Amino acid sequence: MVLTLAAIAARLHLRSGGLVGVVAALALAFQVGNAGAEGPQIANFTLPNGLEVVVIPDHRTPVVTHMIWYKVGSADETPGKSGLAHFLEHLMFKGTAKNPAGRFSQALATIGGQENAFTTADYTAYFQRIAKEYLPLVMEFEADRMTGLVLTDENVLPERDVVLEEFNMRVANSPDARIGEQVAAALYLNHPYGRPVIGWHQEIEKLNREDALAFYHRFYTPNNAVVVIAGDVTGDEVKALTEKTYGKVARVAEVAARVRPQEPIPVAVRQLTMADSRVAQPSLQRSYLVPSANTAKPGESEALEILAQVLGAGETSRLYRALVVEQRIATGAGGWYQGTALDETRFGVFASPLPGVTFATIETAIDGVIAEVAEHGVTAAEIERAKTRLIADAVYAEDNQATMARWYGAGLTSGGSVEQITTWPARVRAVTPQAVQSAARTWLDKRRSVTGYLVKELPANQEKRS
Amino acid sequence: MSFAPRLYLRRAVGALVIVGALAAFPPSAGATKIERIVSPSGIVAWLVSEPSVPLIALDFAFRGGTNQDPAGKPGVATMATALLDEGAGDVDSKGFHERVEAKAIEIGFTATRDYVSGSLRTLTENQDEAFELLRLAVTAPRFDAEDVERIREQTLSGLRRATTNPNELASQRWWATAFAGHPYARPPRGTLESVPTIAVEDLKAFTRKVFARNNLKVGIVGNIDAATAGKLIDRVFGSLPANGALSPVANASPQGLGQKIAVDLDVPQSVLMIGGAGLLRKDPDFMAAFVLNHVLGGSAFSSRLYKEVREARGLAYSVYSAVMPLDYAALFMSATATRSDRTDQALEVMAGEIRKMAETGPTEEELAKAKSFLTGSYALRFDTSSKIAQQLVQIQLDELGIDYIDKRNSLVNAVTMEDVKRVAKRLLDGKMLITVVGKPQPAAAPVAAKGG
Repeated sequence: MVLTLAAIAARLHLRSGGLVGVVAALALAFQVGNAGAEGPQIANFTLPNGLEVVVIPDHRTPVVTHMIWYKVGSADETPGKSGLAHFLEHLMFKGTAKNPAGRFSQALATIGGQENAFTTADYTAYFQRIAKEYLPLVMEFEADRMTGLVLTDENVLPERDVVLEEFNMRVANSPDARIGEQVAAALYLNHPYGRPVIGWHQEIEKLNREDALAFYHRFYTPNNAVVVIAGDVTGDEVKALTEKTYGKVARVAEVAARVRPQEPIPVAVRQLTMADSRVAQPSLQRSYLVPSANTAKPGESEALEILAQVLGAGETSRLYRALVVEQRIATGAGGWYQGTALDETRFGVFASPLPGVTFATIETAIDGVIAEVAEHGVTAAEIERAKTRLIADAVYAEDNQATMARWYGAGLTSGGSVEQITTWPARVRAVTPQAVQSAARTWLDKRRSVTGYLVKELPANQEKRS
Repeated sequence: MSFAPRLYLRRAVGALVIVGALAAFPPSAGATKIERIVSPSGIVAWLVSEPSVPLIALDFAFRGGTNQDPAGKPGVATMATALLDEGAGDVDSKGFHERVEAKAIEIGFTATRDYVSGSLRTLTENQDEAFELLRLAVTAPRFDAEDVERIREQTLSGLRRATTNPNELASQRWWATAFAGHPYARPPRGTLESVPTIAVEDLKAFTRKVFARNNLKVGIVGNIDAATAGKLIDRVFGSLPANGALSPVANASPQGLGQKIAVDLDVPQSVLMIGGAGLLRKDPDFMAAFVLNHVLGGSAFSSRLYKEVREARGLAYSVYSAVMPLDYAALFMSATATRSDRTDQALEVMAGEIRKMAETGPTEEELAKAKSFLTGSYALRFDTSSKIAQQLVQIQLDELGIDYIDKRNSLVNAVTMEDVKRVAKRLLDGKMLITVVGKPQPAAAPVAAKGG
């Protein structure tokens, strides 16, 4: 699993903190149960200034998770300014005229609140976890920094160094992350999903205060945000609180439709090899260009979810069974699907060969597993296990208010609606074996893919040419 | 879910395992009642019955983790633990995984330096199957040759990756030096040399000596009552031997203090680890040390190390310190990662902050804020069933008593300025052992040994 998560982790960058769990949750896409009396009763409303609010009650503990999600991510950046969405996320902690730098964090540090923020290609989110009586306080602060940010070179420039160190830590120091960037960049011929969320190094180091403020003024406005609150609150309480805080924030911009350059129909089987002297365990990863929950025809994204489970999730998956257990040619193998995305997304497969096993052997095995599913489909038992897993996650999620808040926030900022999220389990249940087979046949076509080989040294003949 | 900044610590420290140190256990809230239950066969467990979500979370731990590895064979505990769900009783590996997945049951095991811990999460409607599978894994792991070889290859693959990972190298060198000759020096996952030599009999011997009822702590949370919980606990653990056969482990203090060890690795960003002696969990000053550390490097976005290393100078993305009580040693640890050419500067700033804290302690305002944060954030460690179950086990392992949750915030509030200043001298005024992994830098003046 390490490689799967590393592969997609490049898409998500936090101000500080782990990201693997978040990515894992998002990779499962929209999946929350709210049908009938089973799940929590969710409130959903929009303030006159355009801010959407979602409330997910959970009264077991007097704690609240408060999140604000902006519908802007790295895919909304201007070419040449990669990393700007994430850089701005860091700078959002630098204070406003009303609440100078540090006051918000100090307030949280005093009341025992946790905070963080994260950025992906499609959204930027900020959250606090607090005792419920402090909800009005954090809403005040968060509403204030929605349009009141003040930046100076004194705090912008050291923060850019922090981001460069984050780049060093996440990317430069990690061969797995480096090849992940290369595969994504090669897969997307036209769409900005090919750019790393953290940005290209030479562009990050030139980002400045003016860039950040221009981006901020363009995208940070109540009509471009969703507030998600999970925990010991009711919809009515939250409605009154949001009207008093966020409701006072005027729109500062009209936000254009999120239209990014789209991918042409892919036609070439692409391969790339990256050498890094630190590679002690070679690996292979392949990404296919596939529909997301937002771009797919009805049922297609759900079928891809099931396909990813059957092919690549855990020890019973086809890839693990074939490569690791039966053929014994790999130490690990699996697959994933990133369903939550505004535009066309990725389906990935990966494997780490045992010593002495060639990539050709590994690829033949992977191709064989995929061809088998495309030609003969999957078994009823496999589909049933996959559905059970996906639907149970919705129940497990009810135990974790932060997970619930993330699912709703990610869905709503990636083109989804509350209704789509709550009906997700029903749509998963409805997936047929034919739909799964058809998804494999249609989308796991090698011409839609890039395969990356991570090695310690390039083969000699290639080395000579370089 | 690694989500909160706190968890970053766990990731950044790699092989280091932070145990009871993050001691802000569940909350006051009052909503939760912990029952001490005794199963029909006499196994004690702590239970929080919570009917509102249809699931059950069970956590448990056996005392005796990788510190029980045979001296020449580090990696046995980790490998044995990884094999528990790879076939047990009459069920082979494939069958076991299929049954777990068929009911969306989550079963996981981990070996840390002092414990083997496990967790189970299931929908209440599947409780019989879930507890049966857990019983098989704990009491009848098969260790079939084919599965052992597969897990061995995966372990070796991970160890190969670690050979060029700066965090892993910094951590390995630190522990190997600080605990030379002691079980804590052994890499928990083993080595490229030791793992190939581990035999099935080593794995079986490990479970025989560690998996016993007298070593066991259990916490259960969820939609289950005391009588049912007692029966299910017996079903899982009841057939284990009453007593284990743990090898004695000596108490130890970190060695090599005052040394700075450099490991060359061609990476753009160097990793720095600074560590010294800490306070045991049962030390009367432990809570004072915990509060003090919060001010120095425990707080995610307002510690002194955060402000000086990251915010003011942009030297690093991640910088922290932690108090880390183990069963047989106690540590203070601090770490960061920074651009190669700024390594010396980062080390100087960190050492300076540690020294300053040792000499003058926190300000009144810092102390008040730290206590306020630690008491106020208590409830956040209490908001999922799994988190609560983990804490029920940890409090038992730390022998803090079933009323600890009610007392904990008053223990934090009782910490005085005098306490933290006293403990600052104990914790931070000694020499430290430093490991630095990265590109070799031109020789610079040695860093003052005191405080780092």
